Amino acid sequence: MKSPSQNHIVVPRRTPRRFYGHGIPKVELDRVAGRLIVVEGADGSGRSTQIAMLVQWLEGCGHATTQVGLKRSSLVSEELEQAQQGNILSRTTFSLFYATDFADQLENIILPALKAGFIVLADRYIYTLMARDMVRGMDEAWLKNLYGIALEPDAVFYLNVPPEELVQRSFAKNTALDYWESGMDLGFSRDMFDSFLKYQTSMQQTFRKLQATYGFTIVDGNRSVDAINAELRKKIGAILAGK
Amino acid sequence: MKTFAQLNFPGRLIAVEGLDGSGKSTQIYLLKRWLELQGLKVYFSEWNSSELVKAATSKGKKRELLTATTFSLIHATDFADRYERHLVPLLRAGYLVLCDRYIFTAFARDVVRGCPPEWVRGLYNFAGLPDLTFFFKADLGVSLQRILDGRPQLKYFEAGMDMRLSTDPYESFRIFQGRMLEQYLAMSTEFDFLVIDANQLVEKQQAIVRELIAQKIDLTEFRRAEPPSSRPKSPPTRTVGALARTVKLEEAVE
Repeated sequence: MKSPSQNHIVVPRRTPRRFYGHGIPKVELDRVAGRLIVVEGADGSGRSTQIAMLVQWLEGCGHATTQVGLKRSSLVSEELEQAQQGNILSRTTFSLFYATDFADQLENIILPALKAGFIVLADRYIYTLMARDMVRGMDEAWLKNLYGIALEPDAVFYLNVPPEELVQRSFAKNTALDYWESGMDLGFSRDMFDSFLKYQTSMQQTFRKLQATYGFTIVDGNRSVDAINAELRKKIGAILAGK
Repeated sequence: MKTFAQLNFPGRLIAVEGLDGSGKSTQIYLLKRWLELQGLKVYFSEWNSSELVKAATSKGKKRELLTATTFSLIHATDFADRYERHLVPLLRAGYLVLCDRYIFTAFARDVVRGCPPEWVRGLYNFAGLPDLTFFFKADLGVSLQRILDGRPQLKYFEAGMDMRLSTDPYESFRIFQGRMLEQYLAMSTEFDFLVIDANQLVEKQQAIVRELIAQKIDLTEFRRAEPPSSRPKSPPTRTVGALARTVKLEEAVE
Protein backbone atom coordinates (compact mmCIF):
# COMPACT_ATOMS: atom_id res chain seq x y z
CA MET A 1 0.00 0.00 0.00
CA LYS A 2 1.31 3.42 -0.95
CA SER A 3 1.82 5.92 1.79
CA PRO A 4 2.43 9.68 1.63
CA SER A 5 6.11 9.15 2.30
CA GLN A 6 6.55 7.47 -1.05
CA ASN A 7 7.46 9.70 -3.93
CA HIS A 8 5.80 7.64 -6.59
CA ILE A 9 2.40 9.06 -7.51
CA VAL A 10 0.06 6.94 -9.60
CA VAL A 11 -1.23 8.93 -12.56
CA PRO A 12 -4.62 7.57 -13.61
CA ARG A 13 -5.21 7.01 -17.31
CA ARG A 14 -8.01 8.78 -19.14
CA THR A 15 -10.90 6.41 -19.57
CA PRO A 16 -14.15 6.65 -21.52
CA ARG A 17 -17.25 7.33 -19.43
CA ARG A 18 -20.87 6.55 -19.94
CA PHE A 19 -24.24 7.51 -18.57
CA TYR A 20 -26.70 4.89 -17.43
CA GLY A 21 -29.37 6.16 -19.81
CA HIS A 22 -30.04 9.30 -21.80
CA GLY A 23 -27.56 11.27 -19.76
CA ILE A 24 -27.30 15.03 -19.60
CA PRO A 25 -28.10 16.92 -22.80
CA LYS A 26 -25.18 18.62 -24.50
CA VAL A 27 -22.63 17.06 -22.18
CA GLU A 28 -19.96 15.29 -24.18
CA LEU A 29 -18.15 12.72 -22.16
CA ASP A 30 -14.62 12.82 -23.40
CA ARG A 31 -12.14 10.54 -21.85
CA VAL A 32 -11.58 11.85 -18.35
CA ALA A 33 -8.82 11.14 -15.88
CA GLY A 34 -10.96 11.70 -12.79
CA ARG A 35 -12.63 8.85 -10.99
CA LEU A 36 -16.05 8.60 -9.37
CA ILE A 37 -16.14 6.45 -6.24
CA VAL A 38 -19.45 5.89 -4.49
CA VAL A 39 -19.92 4.72 -0.92
CA GLU A 40 -23.42 3.50 -0.18
CA GLY A 41 -25.01 2.17 2.99
CA ALA A 42 -27.59 2.98 5.65
CA ASP A 43 -27.16 5.72 8.25
CA GLY A 44 -24.71 4.39 10.79
CA SER A 45 -23.02 2.04 8.33
CA GLY A 46 -19.83 4.10 8.62
CA ARG A 47 -19.93 5.88 5.25
CA SER A 48 -18.73 9.27 6.39
CA THR A 49 -15.94 7.85 8.56
CA GLN A 50 -14.69 5.77 5.65
CA ILE A 51 -14.90 8.67 3.21
CA ALA A 52 -12.98 10.97 5.56
CA MET A 53 -10.23 8.36 5.81
CA LEU A 54 -10.17 7.83 2.07
CA VAL A 55 -9.79 11.56 1.47
CA GLN A 56 -6.76 11.64 3.80
CA TRP A 57 -5.22 8.68 2.05
CA LEU A 58 -5.95 9.89 -1.49
CA GLU A 59 -4.60 13.36 -0.82
CA GLY A 60 -1.53 11.82 0.74
CA CYS A 61 -1.07 9.86 -2.49
CA GLY A 62 -1.23 13.08 -4.53
CA HIS A 63 -4.83 12.96 -5.77
CA ALA A 64 -7.18 15.92 -5.65
CA THR A 65 -10.58 15.04 -4.23
CA THR A 66 -14.12 16.43 -4.12
CA GLN A 67 -17.01 15.19 -2.08
CA VAL A 68 -20.71 15.12 -2.88
CA GLY A 69 -23.70 13.70 -1.07
CA LEU A 70 -27.46 13.75 -1.01
CA LYS A 71 -29.28 16.99 -0.27
CA ARG A 72 -26.21 19.12 -0.76
CA SER A 73 -27.09 21.03 -3.95
CA SER A 74 -27.11 24.80 -3.93
CA LEU A 75 -30.31 24.69 -5.99
CA VAL A 76 -32.82 22.88 -3.77
CA SER A 77 -31.18 21.51 -0.62
CA GLU A 78 -32.80 24.06 1.74
CA GLU A 79 -36.25 23.65 0.23
CA LEU A 80 -35.90 19.89 0.30
CA GLU A 81 -34.93 19.96 3.96
CA GLN A 82 -37.92 22.16 4.77
CA ALA A 83 -40.31 19.93 2.88
CA GLN A 84 -38.92 16.91 4.69
CA GLN A 85 -39.39 18.52 8.09
CA GLY A 86 -43.02 19.15 7.34
CA ASN A 87 -43.50 15.69 5.78
CA ILE A 88 -45.99 17.15 3.35
CA LEU A 89 -44.77 15.94 -0.01
CA SER A 90 -46.13 12.91 -1.78
CA ARG A 91 -43.87 10.17 -3.05
CA THR A 92 -43.48 11.17 -6.68
CA THR A 93 -42.86 14.74 -5.62
CA PHE A 94 -40.19 13.74 -3.11
CA SER A 95 -38.59 11.51 -5.65
CA LEU A 96 -38.38 14.27 -8.26
CA PHE A 97 -37.19 16.80 -5.71
CA TYR A 98 -34.29 14.52 -4.75
CA ALA A 99 -33.58 13.89 -8.42
CA THR A 100 -33.34 17.66 -8.95
CA ASP A 101 -30.87 17.89 -6.08
CA PHE A 102 -28.85 15.05 -7.58
CA ALA A 103 -28.88 16.49 -11.11
CA ASP A 104 -27.71 19.88 -9.87
CA GLN A 105 -24.70 18.31 -8.13
CA LEU A 106 -23.98 16.04 -11.07
CA GLU A 107 -23.82 18.93 -13.53
CA ASN A 108 -22.21 21.52 -11.30
CA ILE A 109 -19.84 19.47 -9.17
CA ILE A 110 -19.30 15.88 -10.29
CA LEU A 111 -18.84 16.36 -14.04
CA PRO A 112 -16.61 19.45 -13.83
CA ALA A 113 -14.48 17.81 -11.11
CA LEU A 114 -14.01 14.64 -13.16
CA LYS A 115 -13.02 16.70 -16.17
CA ALA A 116 -10.49 18.50 -14.02
CA GLY A 117 -9.05 15.13 -13.03
CA PHE A 118 -10.37 14.95 -9.46
CA ILE A 119 -11.33 11.86 -7.55
CA VAL A 120 -14.97 12.41 -6.63
CA LEU A 121 -16.16 10.64 -3.49
CA ALA A 122 -19.92 10.37 -3.35
CA ASP A 123 -21.52 9.78 0.04
CA ARG A 124 -24.45 7.88 -1.48
CA TYR A 125 -25.64 8.12 -5.05
CA ILE A 126 -28.73 7.23 -7.07
CA TYR A 127 -28.99 3.77 -5.53
CA THR A 128 -30.13 4.99 -2.12
CA LEU A 129 -32.63 7.27 -3.84
CA MET A 130 -33.91 4.42 -5.97
CA ALA A 131 -34.06 1.96 -3.07
CA ARG A 132 -35.98 4.40 -0.86
CA ASP A 133 -38.52 4.93 -3.62
CA MET A 134 -38.78 1.26 -4.48
CA VAL A 135 -39.46 0.36 -0.85
CA ARG A 136 -42.25 2.94 -1.04
CA GLY A 137 -43.78 1.21 -4.03
CA MET A 138 -42.56 3.40 -6.87
CA ASP A 139 -42.13 1.89 -10.30
CA GLU A 140 -38.62 0.63 -10.98
CA ALA A 141 -38.77 1.34 -14.72
CA TRP A 142 -39.83 4.92 -14.00
CA LEU A 143 -36.87 5.34 -11.64
CA LYS A 144 -34.45 3.86 -14.15
CA ASN A 145 -35.56 6.37 -16.76
CA LEU A 146 -35.34 9.20 -14.26
CA TYR A 147 -31.81 8.30 -13.20
CA GLY A 148 -30.69 7.61 -16.75
CA ILE A 149 -29.11 11.04 -16.30
CA ALA A 150 -26.55 9.56 -13.90
CA LEU A 151 -22.94 8.89 -14.74
CA GLU A 152 -21.77 5.34 -14.22
CA PRO A 153 -19.25 5.39 -11.33
CA ASP A 154 -15.89 3.63 -11.37
CA ALA A 155 -16.79 1.79 -8.21
CA VAL A 156 -19.70 1.51 -5.81
CA PHE A 157 -19.07 0.12 -2.35
CA TYR A 158 -22.08 -0.86 -0.32
CA LEU A 159 -21.32 -1.02 3.40
CA ASN A 160 -23.48 -3.84 4.61
CA VAL A 161 -24.42 -3.74 8.28
CA PRO A 162 -27.23 -5.85 9.78
CA PRO A 163 -30.25 -3.79 10.91
CA GLU A 164 -29.83 -4.99 14.51
CA GLU A 165 -26.32 -3.53 14.53
CA LEU A 166 -27.55 -0.31 12.91
CA VAL A 167 -29.98 0.17 15.79
CA GLN A 168 -27.15 -0.16 18.29
CA ARG A 169 -24.95 2.30 16.39
CA SER A 170 -27.82 4.72 16.06
CA PHE A 171 -28.37 4.74 19.82
CA ALA A 172 -24.65 5.00 20.52
CA LYS A 173 -24.62 8.20 18.47
CA ASN A 174 -28.05 9.76 19.08
CA THR A 175 -30.66 9.18 21.72
CA ALA A 176 -33.42 8.59 19.22
CA LEU A 177 -34.02 6.83 15.93
CA ASP A 178 -34.44 9.05 12.87
CA TYR A 179 -38.00 9.31 11.54
CA TRP A 180 -37.06 8.72 7.89
CA GLU A 181 -34.38 6.12 8.55
CA SER A 182 -37.03 4.23 10.50
CA GLY A 183 -39.40 4.42 7.53
CA MET A 184 -42.12 5.81 9.81
CA ASP A 185 -43.92 7.32 6.80
CA LEU A 186 -44.59 3.79 5.55
CA GLY A 187 -46.79 2.81 8.47
CA PHE A 188 -45.08 -0.56 9.05
CA SER A 189 -45.57 -0.15 12.75
CA ARG A 190 -46.36 2.55 15.30
CA ASP A 191 -43.43 1.18 17.26
CA MET A 192 -40.35 3.01 16.00
CA PHE A 193 -37.98 0.20 16.92
CA ASP A 194 -40.03 -2.36 14.98
CA SER A 195 -40.45 0.02 12.10
CA PHE A 196 -36.70 0.70 11.94
CA LEU A 197 -35.87 -3.00 11.71
CA LYS A 198 -38.52 -3.68 9.12
CA TYR A 199 -37.58 -0.67 7.03
CA GLN A 200 -33.84 -1.34 7.10
CA THR A 201 -34.42 -4.98 6.26
CA SER A 202 -36.46 -4.10 3.20
CA MET A 203 -33.88 -1.48 2.20
CA GLN A 204 -31.21 -4.19 2.29
CA GLN A 205 -33.33 -6.52 0.19
CA THR A 206 -33.85 -3.74 -2.32
CA PHE A 207 -30.12 -3.00 -2.43
CA ARG A 208 -29.47 -6.63 -3.18
CA LYS A 209 -31.95 -6.44 -6.01
CA LEU A 210 -30.26 -3.30 -7.35
CA GLN A 211 -26.89 -4.97 -6.97
CA ALA A 212 -27.89 -7.48 -9.62
CA THR A 213 -28.45 -4.62 -12.09
CA TYR A 214 -25.74 -2.19 -11.11
CA GLY A 215 -23.15 -4.63 -9.85
CA PHE A 216 -21.77 -2.85 -6.82
CA THR A 217 -19.28 -4.29 -4.41
CA ILE A 218 -20.77 -5.39 -1.12
CA VAL A 219 -18.40 -4.68 1.75
CA ASP A 220 -18.90 -6.26 5.15
CA GLY A 221 -19.45 -3.19 7.32
CA ASN A 222 -19.59 -5.16 10.51
CA ARG A 223 -15.84 -5.06 11.06
CA SER A 224 -13.33 -2.60 12.49
CA VAL A 225 -13.06 0.79 10.78
CA ASP A 226 -9.46 0.03 9.79
CA ALA A 227 -10.22 -3.37 8.34
CA ILE A 228 -12.94 -1.89 6.17
CA ASN A 229 -10.73 1.00 5.09
CA ALA A 230 -7.91 -1.37 4.14
CA GLU A 231 -10.28 -3.25 1.86
CA LEU A 232 -11.53 -0.02 0.27
CA ARG A 233 -7.99 1.30 -0.28
CA LYS A 234 -6.92 -1.90 -1.94
CA LYS A 235 -9.85 -1.83 -4.35
CA ILE A 236 -9.56 1.88 -5.08
CA GLY A 237 -5.80 1.54 -5.54
CA ALA A 238 -6.45 -1.06 -8.22
CA ILE A 239 -8.93 1.27 -9.96
CA LEU A 240 -6.45 4.14 -9.97
CA ALA A 241 -3.77 1.89 -11.38
CA GLY A 242 -6.19 1.02 -14.16
CA LYS A 243 -6.57 -2.63 -13.20
CA MET B 1 -50.99 6.59 -20.70
CA LYS B 2 -54.74 6.75 -20.20
CA THR B 3 -57.26 9.54 -19.75
CA PHE B 4 -59.01 9.95 -16.41
CA ALA B 5 -62.20 8.59 -17.96
CA GLN B 6 -60.28 5.48 -19.05
CA LEU B 7 -58.84 5.24 -15.55
CA ASN B 8 -62.42 5.22 -14.21
CA PHE B 9 -62.10 8.42 -12.25
CA PRO B 10 -65.44 10.13 -11.67
CA GLY B 11 -63.85 13.54 -12.41
CA ARG B 12 -62.70 14.91 -15.74
CA LEU B 13 -59.60 16.92 -16.55
CA ILE B 14 -59.66 19.64 -19.19
CA ALA B 15 -56.35 21.19 -20.20
CA VAL B 16 -55.50 24.20 -22.31
CA GLU B 17 -52.21 24.51 -24.11
CA GLY B 18 -50.72 27.05 -26.46
CA LEU B 19 -47.92 29.52 -26.86
CA ASP B 20 -47.52 32.51 -24.58
CA GLY B 21 -49.91 35.13 -25.90
CA SER B 22 -52.27 32.64 -27.55
CA GLY B 23 -55.08 33.78 -25.25
CA LYS B 24 -55.53 30.40 -23.57
CA SER B 25 -55.65 31.79 -20.04
CA THR B 26 -58.50 34.13 -20.98
CA GLN B 27 -60.35 31.22 -22.53
CA ILE B 28 -59.93 28.91 -19.54
CA TYR B 29 -61.02 31.70 -17.20
CA LEU B 30 -64.21 32.20 -19.19
CA LEU B 31 -64.74 28.44 -19.27
CA LYS B 32 -64.34 28.26 -15.51
CA ARG B 33 -66.91 31.03 -15.00
CA TRP B 34 -69.39 29.29 -17.28
CA LEU B 35 -69.06 26.01 -15.40
CA GLU B 36 -69.18 27.64 -11.96
CA LEU B 37 -72.29 29.63 -12.82
CA GLN B 38 -74.02 26.36 -13.66
CA GLY B 39 -73.30 25.23 -10.11
CA LEU B 40 -70.79 22.58 -11.12
CA LYS B 41 -67.81 21.31 -9.13
CA VAL B 42 -64.86 23.06 -10.71
CA TYR B 43 -61.22 23.39 -9.73
CA PHE B 44 -58.59 25.42 -11.54
CA SER B 45 -54.85 24.75 -11.48
CA GLU B 46 -51.99 26.63 -13.07
CA TRP B 47 -48.63 25.39 -14.28
CA ASN B 48 -45.72 26.13 -11.98
CA SER B 49 -47.82 27.14 -9.02
CA SER B 50 -47.04 24.70 -6.25
CA GLU B 51 -46.16 26.73 -3.16
CA LEU B 52 -43.57 24.27 -2.00
CA VAL B 53 -41.50 24.19 -5.10
CA LYS B 54 -41.96 27.83 -6.00
CA ALA B 55 -39.16 29.08 -3.77
CA ALA B 56 -36.62 26.75 -5.32
CA THR B 57 -37.82 27.48 -8.85
CA SER B 58 -37.60 31.21 -8.52
CA LYS B 59 -34.23 31.01 -6.81
CA GLY B 60 -32.92 28.85 -9.63
CA LYS B 61 -34.30 31.19 -12.25
CA LYS B 62 -33.08 34.35 -10.58
CA ARG B 63 -29.58 33.08 -10.17
CA GLU B 64 -29.61 31.43 -13.58
CA LEU B 65 -28.61 28.18 -11.91
CA LEU B 66 -30.82 25.98 -14.01
CA THR B 67 -29.71 23.71 -16.80
CA ALA B 68 -32.04 21.95 -19.25
CA THR B 69 -32.09 18.92 -16.94
CA THR B 70 -32.68 20.72 -13.64
CA PHE B 71 -35.20 23.05 -15.31
CA SER B 72 -37.10 19.98 -16.44
CA LEU B 73 -36.85 18.19 -13.09
CA ILE B 74 -37.88 21.14 -10.98
CA HIS B 75 -40.98 21.68 -13.11
CA ALA B 76 -41.75 17.97 -12.92
CA THR B 77 -41.46 18.23 -9.12
CA ASP B 78 -43.89 21.15 -9.11
CA PHE B 79 -46.29 19.24 -11.32
CA ALA B 80 -46.06 16.09 -9.19
CA ASP B 81 -46.83 18.09 -6.06
CA ARG B 82 -49.96 19.61 -7.59
CA TYR B 83 -50.90 16.32 -9.20
CA GLU B 84 -50.69 14.20 -6.06
CA ARG B 85 -52.05 16.73 -3.61
CA HIS B 86 -54.75 18.47 -5.64
CA LEU B 87 -55.54 17.03 -9.05
CA VAL B 88 -55.89 13.37 -8.15
CA PRO B 89 -57.94 13.84 -4.96
CA LEU B 90 -60.26 16.29 -6.74
CA LEU B 91 -60.69 13.98 -9.71
CA ARG B 92 -61.46 11.18 -7.29
CA ALA B 93 -64.08 13.45 -5.73
CA GLY B 94 -65.74 13.96 -9.09
CA TYR B 95 -64.53 17.46 -9.96
CA LEU B 96 -64.09 19.10 -13.32
CA VAL B 97 -60.44 20.05 -13.11
CA LEU B 98 -59.23 22.80 -15.41
CA CYS B 99 -55.51 23.05 -16.06
CA ASP B 100 -53.80 26.05 -17.57
CA ARG B 101 -51.00 24.04 -19.19
CA TYR B 102 -50.42 20.37 -18.53
CA ILE B 103 -47.68 17.85 -19.31
CA PHE B 104 -47.56 18.90 -22.98
CA THR B 105 -45.97 22.17 -21.96
CA ALA B 106 -43.11 20.16 -20.49
CA PHE B 107 -42.99 17.83 -23.49
CA ALA B 108 -42.60 20.82 -25.80
CA ARG B 109 -40.42 23.07 -23.69
CA ASP B 110 -37.96 20.58 -22.27
CA VAL B 111 -37.39 19.04 -25.68
CA VAL B 112 -36.77 22.49 -27.19
CA ARG B 113 -34.24 23.01 -24.38
CA GLY B 114 -32.47 19.84 -25.45
CA CYS B 115 -33.75 17.07 -23.17
CA PRO B 116 -34.32 13.69 -24.84
CA PRO B 117 -38.06 13.34 -25.63
CA GLU B 118 -38.29 9.77 -24.30
CA TRP B 119 -36.74 10.81 -21.00
CA VAL B 120 -39.17 13.71 -20.52
CA ARG B 121 -42.16 11.58 -21.40
CA GLY B 122 -40.94 8.93 -19.00
CA LEU B 123 -40.77 11.47 -16.18
CA TYR B 124 -44.43 12.31 -16.57
CA ASN B 125 -45.82 8.87 -17.25
CA PHE B 126 -47.28 8.66 -13.74
CA ALA B 127 -49.86 11.24 -14.82
CA GLY B 128 -53.20 10.55 -16.43
CA LEU B 129 -53.95 12.19 -19.78
CA PRO B 130 -56.53 14.99 -19.95
CA ASP B 131 -59.99 13.99 -21.07
CA LEU B 132 -59.99 17.05 -23.31
CA THR B 133 -57.04 19.14 -24.42
CA PHE B 134 -57.66 22.44 -26.18
CA PHE B 135 -54.79 23.80 -28.17
CA PHE B 136 -55.04 27.50 -28.94
CA LYS B 137 -53.28 27.94 -32.21
CA ALA B 138 -52.46 31.53 -33.04
CA ASP B 139 -50.16 32.61 -35.81
CA LEU B 140 -46.70 32.97 -34.38
CA GLY B 141 -46.72 36.65 -35.35
CA VAL B 142 -50.02 37.27 -33.53
CA SER B 143 -48.90 35.75 -30.23
CA LEU B 144 -45.51 37.38 -30.40
CA GLN B 145 -47.16 40.73 -31.03
CA ARG B 146 -49.49 40.30 -28.04
CA ILE B 147 -46.58 39.61 -25.75
CA LEU B 148 -44.16 42.13 -27.16
CA ASP B 149 -46.80 44.89 -27.22
CA GLY B 150 -47.72 44.42 -23.62
CA ARG B 151 -44.41 43.76 -21.98
CA PRO B 152 -41.25 45.09 -23.43
CA GLN B 153 -39.08 43.55 -20.68
CA LEU B 154 -38.49 39.88 -21.42
CA LYS B 155 -37.10 37.75 -18.64
CA TYR B 156 -34.14 35.48 -19.07
CA PHE B 157 -35.79 32.06 -19.13
CA GLU B 158 -39.04 33.07 -20.82
CA ALA B 159 -37.02 34.48 -23.69
CA GLY B 160 -35.08 31.20 -23.83
CA MET B 161 -31.87 33.14 -23.30
CA ASP B 162 -30.34 30.13 -21.56
CA MET B 163 -30.27 28.38 -24.93
CA ARG B 164 -28.02 31.01 -26.49
CA LEU B 165 -30.23 31.25 -29.55
CA SER B 166 -29.45 34.92 -29.92
CA THR B 167 -27.95 37.65 -27.79
CA ASP B 168 -31.04 39.75 -28.50
CA PRO B 169 -33.84 38.74 -26.08
CA TYR B 170 -36.56 39.51 -28.64
CA GLU B 171 -34.92 37.50 -31.36
CA SER B 172 -34.25 34.69 -28.88
CA PHE B 173 -37.90 34.74 -27.78
CA ARG B 174 -39.11 34.55 -31.40
CA ILE B 175 -36.90 31.57 -32.19
CA PHE B 176 -37.85 29.83 -28.93
CA GLN B 177 -41.59 30.31 -29.48
CA GLY B 178 -41.26 29.13 -33.07
CA ARG B 179 -39.65 25.90 -31.89
CA MET B 180 -42.31 25.46 -29.21
CA LEU B 181 -45.01 25.75 -31.87
CA GLU B 182 -43.32 23.04 -33.95
CA GLN B 183 -43.29 20.71 -30.93
CA TYR B 184 -46.94 21.38 -30.13
CA LEU B 185 -48.04 20.77 -33.70
CA ALA B 186 -46.09 17.51 -33.82
CA MET B 187 -47.99 16.29 -30.71
CA SER B 188 -51.40 17.46 -31.87
CA THR B 189 -52.61 14.22 -33.47
CA GLU B 190 -50.95 11.85 -31.02
CA PHE B 191 -52.73 13.43 -28.06
CA ASP B 192 -56.02 14.36 -29.78
CA PHE B 193 -55.66 18.10 -29.30
CA LEU B 194 -58.84 20.04 -30.03
CA VAL B 195 -57.28 22.80 -32.08
CA ILE B 196 -58.93 26.20 -31.71
CA ASP B 197 -58.12 29.00 -34.10
CA ALA B 198 -56.82 31.60 -31.65
CA ASN B 199 -56.69 34.35 -34.24
CA GLN B 200 -60.48 34.69 -33.87
CA LEU B 201 -62.31 36.94 -31.43
CA VAL B 202 -62.46 35.89 -27.79
CA GLU B 203 -66.24 35.27 -27.88
CA LYS B 204 -66.07 33.16 -30.98
CA GLN B 205 -63.41 30.92 -29.49
CA GLN B 206 -65.30 30.60 -26.21
CA ALA B 207 -68.49 29.61 -28.03
CA ILE B 208 -66.61 26.76 -29.74
CA VAL B 209 -64.98 25.64 -26.49
CA ARG B 210 -68.30 25.56 -24.62
CA GLU B 211 -70.01 23.71 -27.43
CA LEU B 212 -67.30 21.06 -27.61
CA ILE B 213 -67.38 20.50 -23.86
CA ALA B 214 -71.15 20.22 -23.77
CA GLN B 215 -70.91 17.64 -26.55
CA LYS B 216 -68.19 15.55 -25.00
CA ILE B 217 -68.93 15.70 -21.27
CA ASP B 218 -72.26 15.11 -19.56
CA LEU B 219 -72.11 18.17 -17.34
CA THR B 220 -75.17 17.20 -15.30
CA GLU B 221 -72.99 14.61 -13.53
CA PHE B 222 -70.86 17.36 -12.02
CA ARG B 223 -73.57 19.27 -10.15
CA ARG B 224 -72.84 20.10 -6.56
CA ALA B 225 -75.06 17.98 -4.29
CA GLU B 226 -76.22 21.10 -2.46
CA PRO B 227 -75.96 24.65 -3.65
CA PRO B 228 -73.05 26.24 -1.80
CA SER B 229 -75.30 29.05 -0.56
CA SER B 230 -78.93 30.06 -0.96
CA ARG B 231 -78.00 33.42 -2.41
CA PRO B 232 -76.49 33.49 -5.88
CA LYS B 233 -72.83 34.26 -5.57
CA SER B 234 -71.77 37.22 -7.60
CA PRO B 235 -68.77 36.55 -9.77
CA PRO B 236 -65.54 38.16 -8.63
CA THR B 237 -64.97 41.47 -10.33
CA ARG B 238 -62.35 41.22 -12.96
CA THR B 239 -60.11 44.21 -12.92
CA VAL B 240 -58.31 45.60 -15.88
CA GLY B 241 -55.16 44.32 -14.21
CA ALA B 242 -56.48 40.78 -14.12
CA LEU B 243 -57.39 40.97 -17.78
CA ALA B 244 -54.01 42.33 -18.62
CA ARG B 245 -52.43 39.51 -16.66
CA THR B 246 -54.04 36.90 -18.83
CA VAL B 247 -52.42 38.24 -21.95
CA LYS B 248 -49.00 38.68 -20.48
CA LEU B 249 -46.51 35.83 -20.49
CA GLU B 250 -48.00 33.07 -18.44
CA GLU B 251 -44.79 31.65 -17.24
CA ALA B 252 -43.67 34.93 -15.82
CA VAL B 253 -41.08 34.45 -13.15
CA GLU B 254 -41.81 36.39 -10.05
